[in-house]
Amino acid sequence: MKELLLIGIGSALVNNVVLSQFMGLCPFLGVSKKIDTALGMGGAVIFVLTLSSLVTSLIYQFILIPSNMEYLQTIVFILVIAALVQFVEMFLKKTMPALYQSLGVYLPLITTNCAVLGVALVNVQKSYNVIQGTVNGLATAIGFTISITLMAGIREKIEYNDIPKSFQGFPIVLLTAGLMAIAFFGFSGLI
Amino acid sequence: MKPNSPSERLYNGIIKENPTFVLLLGMCPTLAVTTSAMNGLGMGLTTMVILALSNMFISMLRKVIPDTVRVPAFIVVVASFVTIVQFLLEGFIPSLYDSLGIYIPLIVVNCIILGRAEAYASKNGVISSLFDGIGMGLGFTLGLTCIGIVRELFGAGQIFGFQIMPSFYTPITIFILAPGAFFVLAFLVAFQNKMKIGSAKKGIDPSNSVSCGGGCASCGNSACKGKRG
Repeated sequence: MKELLLIGIGSALVNNVVLSQFMGLCPFLGVSKKIDTALGMGGAVIFVLTLSSLVTSLIYQFILIPSNMEYLQTIVFILVIAALVQFVEMFLKKTMPALYQSLGVYLPLITTNCAVLGVALVNVQKSYNVIQGTVNGLATAIGFTISITLMAGIREKIEYNDIPKSFQGFPIVLLTAGLMAIAFFGFSGLI
Repeated sequence: MKPNSPSERLYNGIIKENPTFVLLLGMCPTLAVTTSAMNGLGMGLTTMVILALSNMFISMLRKVIPDTVRVPAFIVVVASFVTIVQFLLEGFIPSLYDSLGIYIPLIVVNCIILGRAEAYASKNGVISSLFDGIGMGLGFTLGLTCIGIVRELFGAGQIFGFQIMPSFYTPITIFILAPGAFFVLAFLVAFQNKMKIGSAKKGIDPSNSVSCGGGCASCGNSACKGKRG
């Protein structure tokens, strides 16, 4: 249990997926204009990432290792993730229309989120078992949600500031992300 | 220059539509592996090889792959080349393999590769697609190496491992840590915006570039959506 907690805190805060691993930067920069949409994206990522790390861990442990095909991991993982996102989208549309309404737009974006594939590969690299892998996926997604929501909150305020013309838009967002990354260094004492 | 000629494709990839500075694509490796000029160059060249090969292969198969399943088919092609290149690197350049680590398999989800497959290779001939891949790859390499040089110079006082700064210079370590990546890219884009504002392209609103950063995700999205439907 303690070990799982350490994995969780490690991936959510200390090695934050966006601010220190640079995975999932596309949505982090693109969908962080409003807190509502950022939360929606975060919710979708939590959902998909937990599910996909569970499924990819299972496939790796029980199909790829027994048949000595570990070298196919990249191909298998990306296909599984793409299929899974598609499947989740269809499933939500049929069974939970309300949830689909709020997450729907963000789901297709997630296939291009490299955090999803990244977590699957990290799980293999650190030889996590299925439970550890799933916890790692969940924690990574929570870390993503924390950072994208913070970023959206800051950006909503930045709107009203007087920024030098050449720093408007992308550069000021990157600078903010850099400062947030420094702030997140503070967590490194946690574990 | 004639459109779609090899030289035009190279010019387009390196200068006109430079993936790092103009299109702002592939941000994940751009920031993650540019801790030194050597890593940036290595990552850029690796991506270039994969981009050129997959562009060429997809262009050859463009009449065979059915329209409805083309995105998954592209992903399989790209992932196969990434796996091959990963093994070649592990076997022949283990030092680069170790320093790039997990970011080699992550080339699969680099938006540049799928983007070029979708936007160019699936519509054009084999030779021009190959050169499109090389051009885009060189542009990407240029971007990564530039960022790597800046970060290595300030963060370690070296370029490509050679001592540049005088010995009394204390390296600003933050430049080779995560925040430094954000700062360097922010200033490079700001510098580019500054040039743009001054030049004739006055109509371009610099704030648009954010939608471009997200454009990577949202383009892929709208492109996929239409096909998946």
